[in-house]
Amino acid sequence: MKPVKTLLSLTLATGLSAAAMGAANAEVLFWSTQANPPEEQQIMREKVLADFEGGADFAPSEGGPWLTRIQAELQAGEGKIGVLGSLHGDLIELSDGLVDLSELDTSSMNKTFLELGKLGTDEQKYIPWMQATYIMAANKKALEFLPEGADINALSYDQLIAWSKTMAEETGSPKFGFPAGPKGLKHRFFQGYMYPSYTNSMVTKFRSAEAELAWNKFKELWSYTNRSSTNFSFMQEQLLTDEVWVVFDHTARLADAFNQRPDDFIAFPAPAGPTGRGFMPVVVGMAVPNSAPDMEAAKNLISYMSQPEVQIETLRATNFFPVVDVELPDDMPASVKAAGAAVAAMSGSADANPGLLPVGLGDLGGKFNAVYVDAFERIVLAGQDVREVLDDQADSLRKIMEEAGAPCWAPDAPSEGACPVD
Amino acid sequence: MYSKSLPYMLLLPATLFLCIFFIYPFTLVAWQAFTTDTGEFTSSFFQEMASHWKFNTALINTLLLALAVVPFQMALAIYMATLVNGMKRGRDAVLYIWTIPLGISDLAAGLIWLAIFEQSGFLNSFLHTLGVVEQPVGFLGYENKGIIFLAIVLAEIWRATSIVLVILVAGMGLIPKEYAEAAEVFGASRWQRFTRVTLPMLKPSLQTAMILRVILAFEVFAVVVALGGTNLPVLMSEVFTWQYELRDAHVAAAYALVILAISIAFTLLIMWALRVPKGARV
Repeated sequence: MKPVKTLLSLTLATGLSAAAMGAANAEVLFWSTQANPPEEQQIMREKVLADFEGGADFAPSEGGPWLTRIQAELQAGEGKIGVLGSLHGDLIELSDGLVDLSELDTSSMNKTFLELGKLGTDEQKYIPWMQATYIMAANKKALEFLPEGADINALSYDQLIAWSKTMAEETGSPKFGFPAGPKGLKHRFFQGYMYPSYTNSMVTKFRSAEAELAWNKFKELWSYTNRSSTNFSFMQEQLLTDEVWVVFDHTARLADAFNQRPDDFIAFPAPAGPTGRGFMPVVVGMAVPNSAPDMEAAKNLISYMSQPEVQIETLRATNFFPVVDVELPDDMPASVKAAGAAVAAMSGSADANPGLLPVGLGDLGGKFNAVYVDAFERIVLAGQDVREVLDDQADSLRKIMEEAGAPCWAPDAPSEGACPVD
Repeated sequence: MYSKSLPYMLLLPATLFLCIFFIYPFTLVAWQAFTTDTGEFTSSFFQEMASHWKFNTALINTLLLALAVVPFQMALAIYMATLVNGMKRGRDAVLYIWTIPLGISDLAAGLIWLAIFEQSGFLNSFLHTLGVVEQPVGFLGYENKGIIFLAIVLAEIWRATSIVLVILVAGMGLIPKEYAEAAEVFGASRWQRFTRVTLPMLKPSLQTAMILRVILAFEVFAVVVALGGTNLPVLMSEVFTWQYELRDAHVAAAYALVILAISIAFTLLIMWALRVPKGARV
């Protein structure tokens, strides 16, 4: 009797696991660089993707491995990945391997982002998934030190410096915090905030006199910045420990602070410089690779993710804002309410000067960022001469632009061929 | 016939494994360091690597770390091994406790020490409670490269001394007791017995331990990144940066070859310095 029983249970077990395997194979593999922190993954799986018919297997990863795997699948011409979710800049690198998604209904989507999703072709290479940007946040304790007559929703860089100086002097230690850690997004501040605000450019005027002024201003701000900033990557942590009172960071990296202590913090727009209020909108898109095992299911998943109610669930999961017209419900987390208002004030300000994420750099995106990070490390941390460093880094930047052959993007004026570096 | 080929048969699986998972990827990496995407031979990746403003700093930091960590570690491990060996009771218990760090990953070790040194960490709370500091001190700020260096050295010594200890304890167990007894009969002091008998007899184990430690010291990465972020570049962190942030596998491969070259050079040096003459082998 016993052997028969064992045999039976074995058969059952293998049968069951085979069935489970089959189900897992039928799911659409959603390969994403976004929603990678464990708690965000959980909400993505349990809430956002729960109602998708046929099921989706949400697999987030770091940028490097993400790119390596999809490139390998595209090269092989077949793979497991059904839907890609990543930043505009990542998807550009894969442009040739992406299917045209024009057939999907995109009537309620943000037109600017849809246009970006064509990646300069006449096909809809990706469908916008969500958006975010970088803003400022402050502990309410910092407000009493604001310079005379300053409006928190329309600050200038000079006022920010004055404010940081007062705080440092009055409280005995620097209270401005900057995400200069290894995983911090400092390069986005220089590219999308400092450069557009001081030079009305991101690339062309990299080594201009205006840029020199900008870096010197930043050095001044740095002297009233918390010295451990080079270890900070998610400024919400330092806001919550009260190590710093005023910070710049990505909305998604400030969310915890607002959600845990909504009454203690405020969000406000980035400051303005001589050439406007530079800011960087971040667009995340969804795409289908040529190598997808089931095109139909992949497209269905993208349509599903574009529905207003799913977009709201996604916002709850990731703190990235919807790209379709939706009415935000009243029970949204505090972080969304706070950041939403600041983002609106920033993008709607009279002197708004958007600087897009780099476009058309292929896999030179990392080296492009390194130009700005190296400039920061050399000028601000190592104290090297501003002019010499800018000249030196401009050479690297020129080489990158020429190698990529990337034309200019906002705020730089459109160029014929590679974006020039004066 | 069968008995002649048996050893080779037994070695075959491991050899195959190494060929497939080490030699083959290694040749690919070496190939990548010297050829462009179109397959032309070039040394431009090495030039790009050497002309980068962080290369010299990373090289010097790596060598300095190895220099600061390994000798101290060896001395400490020899001392600990002699203590363990001299124990009559509780030898195993002590050995188990001392080898705990063996089971901890290097990143975890880095994070443990980060929890001690960071601005809101244990050391600051401790000093604050004692009234030594008014405000928490940012020990690991970019201006305190010395302290970051010291913290990494501490973490590395704490983390990787146990592997050396295990090898040396095993090595000491192999030394025949007669030698020490004979030395004692002739009136050698403890120190003389240690320097004239134990150390020379321990050479093979020392050699193994040194080679292992030095190679690992040149590959130091997780502890450095955890404690120093990008403030203290080392060769391995530059490999990672070039591969994943700058997405230039060629320069990353060039860096990897530099690490390999240094490791081979030091391995040969240690083998020569701690060689045991043929006639003197036990």
